[in-house]
Amino acid sequence: MRIDCKHVWEHISAYIDGEVDAELRAEIDRHLETCEICSAVLDSTRNVVVLMADDRVFELPAGFSQRLHERLEKELELAGP
Amino acid sequence: MTTASNPEFEADCIRRILAGEKQLFHDLIRPSERAIYFLLLSLLRNEAEAEDAAQETAIKVYLNLAKFRGDSQFRTWVLSIARNEGLGRLRKQGSRREDSLDAEIDEGSGDYTPAILTSWREVPSEALERKELGGLLRKAIKGLPAIYRNVVLLRDIEEMDVRETAAALGITEGAVKVRLHRARALLQRELAPRLKGFAPQRKGLFGWGA
Repeated sequence: MRIDCKHVWEHISAYIDGEVDAELRAEIDRHLETCEICSAVLDSTRNVVVLMADDRVFELPAGFSQRLHERLEKELELAGP
Repeated sequence: MTTASNPEFEADCIRRILAGEKQLFHDLIRPSERAIYFLLLSLLRNEAEAEDAAQETAIKVYLNLAKFRGDSQFRTWVLSIARNEGLGRLRKQGSRREDSLDAEIDEGSGDYTPAILTSWREVPSEALERKELGGLLRKAIKGLPAIYRNVVLLRDIEEMDVRETAAALGITEGAVKVRLHRARALLQRELAPRLKGFAPQRKGLFGWGA
């Protein structure tokens, strides 16, 4: 059975995460060989996922850790476990 | 970057903290700091509030440490405390329901058609040196509906697995996958047309060759 583009889009996230079964993966791969739109959709989605995971995108506020541990320190002095 | 959990280190630490070596708590909580903060930022959408809630969370974790049973990962347990802290604050603010993690929306609704492109040139992570790229990504993620934003944050930004994400958010693994899929589709649609400008240009070509 030849799957259509919409069907491929429905599984893109699972495909990226390696969570589609072998049969579906093979169908999607066959589709991607001849469909430049789905290939571009897949590549751009994967690119977005990779970029989001970069620590430079979401950085803790400056001094966050220091302030957290200072507050904890005060609490540790007060409280018993 | 994510810090792999180390159950043996955690269990040892907890035993010793409970036995009186309080100072070890700093080391125990440190690997979870980022995830605590960004989960709370995702919920509360305010940096100062998220930071205060993160501090409260860490203190609650400490005070309740004896209750940790080790039947989930430590970080998962910590994140469920963070989530409760965040939800409690949202409730106090009388926040709109759709901003709550508990919000039920029709999972079947919405248009998840991606941005249609005929070619894609990869944007390398070095492009993040340009501040506006990070800004674009943050803005797009911030603009997601809350239930999607939380899942993206834990799965794709903190790189937690499906199981841990589900446990931390109190939803099923199936819901994590569905929401992640929707979130990525929304992000692709929003970002792909803009990200093209960050891809390396081919020499001698202006614009975006096919």
